[in-house]
Amino acid sequence: MTTSEDQISKFREEALATLSDSVTSEQLEAWRVLWLGRQDGRVNQLLRSISDQPSETRSDFGKAANSLKKLLESELKAAITRIESNTEVHDVAIDVTLPGRPQSFGALHPITQTMNDCIAVFEDMGFQVFEGPEVEWEHYNFDAVRIPKEHPARDMWDTIWVDTLVNGERSMLLRTHTSPNQIRVMEKNDPPIRVLVPGKCYRQEATDATHEWMLTQIEGLAVDEGITMSDLKGVLYGFARRLFGQDREIIFHHSFFPFVEPGIEMAIDCFICSGAGGSCRTCHGAGWIEILGAGMVHPEIIENAGFDSSKFTGFAFGVGIERVAMLRWGIDDIRHFYQNDLRFLAQFSAIK
Amino acid sequence: MKLSINWLRDLVAIDENYRPDELARRITNSIAEVEEFEVIGEDWDPALITVAEIAAIAKHPNADRLQVATIKITDSESKEVICGDPTIFVGQRVAFAREGALLVDGKTGQKAALKARPIRGVESAGMILSEKELGISDDHEAVLTLSEDAPIGAALSDVQGDVIFDLYTWANRADLLGVVGIAREIAALEGNSLLIPETGHLESDRPVSDCIDVNIKDADLCPRYTAAVIHGIQIGSSPEWLKKRLRAHGVRPINNVVDVTNYVMLETGQPLHAFDYESISDQKIVIRKAKEGESIVTIDGVERALTKDILAICDSERPIAVAGIMGSLNSQVTQNTKSILLEVANFSPAGIRRGSTNLKLRSEASTRFEKGLGTGMVDFAQARALHLFEKLCGGISAKGMLDIHPGDSNPSLIELSTERIEQVLGIEISNVNIVRILESLGFDITENKGGKSFEVLSPHWRTDIDIADDLIEEIIRIYGYENLPTTNLAGALPDPIENPLSMLRDNSRVIVSGLGFQEILTYTLTSKEDLERVNNPNDKVRLEPLSVSNPVASQHTWLRTSLRSSLLRTFADNRKHQDQALRLFEIGVEFLPVAENLPEERPVMCAVLGGGRLERWTRPETEKLDFFDAKGVLEVLLLSQGVDVRFTDVDVPPLKTGFAAEAVATKTDQTVALVGQIDETVTGFFDIDEPVYLIEFWLSKAVHALNSRPEYSPPPRYPDARHDLAIIVPENVPSGDIVAFVCAHRSGDVLCEAELFDEYRGAGLPPNMKSLGLAVRYRSRNRTLKDKDVLKCRKSLLNRLEKEYGAVLRN
Repeated sequence: MTTSEDQISKFREEALATLSDSVTSEQLEAWRVLWLGRQDGRVNQLLRSISDQPSETRSDFGKAANSLKKLLESELKAAITRIESNTEVHDVAIDVTLPGRPQSFGALHPITQTMNDCIAVFEDMGFQVFEGPEVEWEHYNFDAVRIPKEHPARDMWDTIWVDTLVNGERSMLLRTHTSPNQIRVMEKNDPPIRVLVPGKCYRQEATDATHEWMLTQIEGLAVDEGITMSDLKGVLYGFARRLFGQDREIIFHHSFFPFVEPGIEMAIDCFICSGAGGSCRTCHGAGWIEILGAGMVHPEIIENAGFDSSKFTGFAFGVGIERVAMLRWGIDDIRHFYQNDLRFLAQFSAIK
Repeated sequence: MKLSINWLRDLVAIDENYRPDELARRITNSIAEVEEFEVIGEDWDPALITVAEIAAIAKHPNADRLQVATIKITDSESKEVICGDPTIFVGQRVAFAREGALLVDGKTGQKAALKARPIRGVESAGMILSEKELGISDDHEAVLTLSEDAPIGAALSDVQGDVIFDLYTWANRADLLGVVGIAREIAALEGNSLLIPETGHLESDRPVSDCIDVNIKDADLCPRYTAAVIHGIQIGSSPEWLKKRLRAHGVRPINNVVDVTNYVMLETGQPLHAFDYESISDQKIVIRKAKEGESIVTIDGVERALTKDILAICDSERPIAVAGIMGSLNSQVTQNTKSILLEVANFSPAGIRRGSTNLKLRSEASTRFEKGLGTGMVDFAQARALHLFEKLCGGISAKGMLDIHPGDSNPSLIELSTERIEQVLGIEISNVNIVRILESLGFDITENKGGKSFEVLSPHWRTDIDIADDLIEEIIRIYGYENLPTTNLAGALPDPIENPLSMLRDNSRVIVSGLGFQEILTYTLTSKEDLERVNNPNDKVRLEPLSVSNPVASQHTWLRTSLRSSLLRTFADNRKHQDQALRLFEIGVEFLPVAENLPEERPVMCAVLGGGRLERWTRPETEKLDFFDAKGVLEVLLLSQGVDVRFTDVDVPPLKTGFAAEAVATKTDQTVALVGQIDETVTGFFDIDEPVYLIEFWLSKAVHALNSRPEYSPPPRYPDARHDLAIIVPENVPSGDIVAFVCAHRSGDVLCEAELFDEYRGAGLPPNMKSLGLAVRYRSRNRTLKDKDVLKCRKSLLNRLEKEYGAVLRN
């Protein structure tokens, strides 16, 4: 190896090493001036020295010098590209913690959400939604469900009456419960029956933290051969666990509704204190929370619908949706629901 | 109803180990609902609060109103105590508190430890207590008098402690409004026996029929009336034990006669009434409806006008009681009463309810009669009262009782099969248990041969039992609902119910909330003014809503025929604390009156929006939401559910003229929705001072306009050619018409599709003209189009546009 070739190879090593150390555009520019500068760049000096080489090595030296120039030029280009792409990332990095571009989003009312959740549970058990009118005949609301005029049981449902006479008689009211639809459903359908009737109901009563005059219920009705009270307990147990947690316990206790026999109310063990009671605000220390009324459809109602009550049995239940919603979210005042303050409603926008 | 556990324990053995809440739970599970309970004496320290007897009373040397009482606190120990109650007497048994006892302070009402200190210079060893200091009541005037047999030195909590349940009994269980009734149920529940209170009394030789005459005129309102007469009564105060029980049940002691009638009512559930015998004119009782114009002063001192449908107990001249509701001053038992007439009767629940409602008067008696007492309950109550009169009031009964019973009903025999029990409950219950439970509740039960069924006769007090299933409830509630298993419904599923409306409603709810609208639920009763403000004055149906006769508040009187006002009110309410855009919707029904029938309940979705459009950075001048935001929402709502519509302008209040459109379904040619700005005068009524836009979507109409099944077409096989077209048309030509026209155009096998991408009015155009920019796509189903095909089609399109609308190509 000749001294001059040796020099070129040294140049190559040094140039490439310093190039790889140059990481900013300023450093690259300095490197370019040093090595590839038009006037005093080392490579140009090298090229200018070709004529000084001995004739026998001049040609090889020239080739080597030119190939070094090409190599360094292409390496510089690559380095520039590399640094430019890097600097782009560094210079315009975004603040990812800024809020996203706003999209408007709404939510369903907590009563609708709760109703939907209840319906979903019973739909999975084969129940289907049926609807009935909010303005109802006295006959369906009371007489047909075994609450005759002047029966003290009517006190359980303080009624808002529609101010109109039909055939000279006051007979229209705002339904006080969804139970009249037990009759309406059985008028239109034969067993097997499994329906849900959701809807608004009305009571003539003063509003306070636990009472509203407009409320939402869901009625369930199943009529068929072979339906027992144990089935009722199974269906409601499933409901309680789906809505309030897998480890829920339920109890039935004796109650009275004229349209069922036997009649019960169902309570769940408190999902806040797990039945420990004490000073629990949710169950008021009782350990149990009443959530619905139910029972076996009174045989007279089955007969009146035209079915043989010795063959067909059934159950019915009614759930107050406001109560369920209050329990699941710990809402302490029923009046929030119909005041429609968005600062309240918007809290229920999380998609579950 | 209040219920004293001490009283209950007299009639049935109850496990001493039950905590009050455990007993409450058992009663609630099987009998009646215990709403709350109060433990009396829970915090009376047994060592510090004890029974004492007043041995001597002296004047306080330094204070006129105070006395120094010497009290025996044990058999061998006496103390001196200062007392302010002037009615104390020697021999009185009282509650005594030593220093350190925790008491309710008479002045502050707070609990505090008693400090013994000299009062006006005389030492006091403690305090003689009133009910207030013990936390029993607010009575602070007199000291508490204990029974004569309360042992001196005994802990007061042992003598006077109790648990008082507040019971809600079911509307069909009249028999549970007495301690005996509840005790019987607990006996059945616990498997213990019921101890029947003592009866029996002496009678004179004089038959009662010589003393009184009873005549029932309205037998349907009075199925049974019994009368007994007691002569030689000595009116006085009742013994402490009796007063204590009355008080525990919320009844004020009056005198021994009245107290006995109240006591027996609380005990047996059967109301009784004692008349001053001498006050009954001609010794005649007539039970009849009141006459128009008759009135009575009831024992609460109120004069009440009676009406023809109110049943009255009368003598030969005048009403002397409102039957089953309340007695009258003109015949009440007083200090001077010597003889009494005891009435134990049965009145029809409907009659009592009517009378009670008309007079706006309810009493302990009327609430019991209203629930329908068994006529047979009279006998025991009568016997029990006569027994207590003899013991506590002296005197002697006339022989026998007058008993008029036009309305007797014999309970019918009920057949109960084990098969039915299993059919209803899903479990088998052993015959032994069936018999034990029903017998303990007082039923007469006979097992039929083969053991598969029973014949059951109800006791006279159970007017609520009619059928076998009623008996099944008796069995299971005592047997325990916890013994029912949880099973799944078996059997066939019902046929599917088609409910496209419900699906449309549920989907609309999700779509619109997804587009940024908050769902609200508002009251369906509103004011007429609000409905007048938001409805079209020509819409007679919506302007004549139904009203309710007993609204909870006047602003909730009318059944709404539109949801608009409720949404506007909610918009205005929320604007007070929300600067940004408000988007609200509700799905509900409009109640549209129908003559002689229930109203039509027409389902509708109503939405309002207004305010600044959402920007990334909120600036003072944010762009406002406008008509096209509202229309865009409606378009998505309709399109996504397959309701094909065309929009046309419409001029209908409360929408602002020139800023409103209706969506007409292509399939039915019916209006399914409205969209537009609400007129400023209307929003002004609701105190809204910004543009608000309305979307109203009638679901029941849209349901008929749904595409039954979307038509399928494969993706195009050949590419389309897009050519933009800028045309100038008269300003009054709706752009929608032009787009529809272009989309309908075809030339040979070349089809067109168009979208509007620009509308321009202003400089550079001829007057009263506007420019529309259309992106037109040309396509054939069979081939790739060549330039000349596209140009040919475009030319024929332009010719037709010119002919139809006067459109020219814009350079």
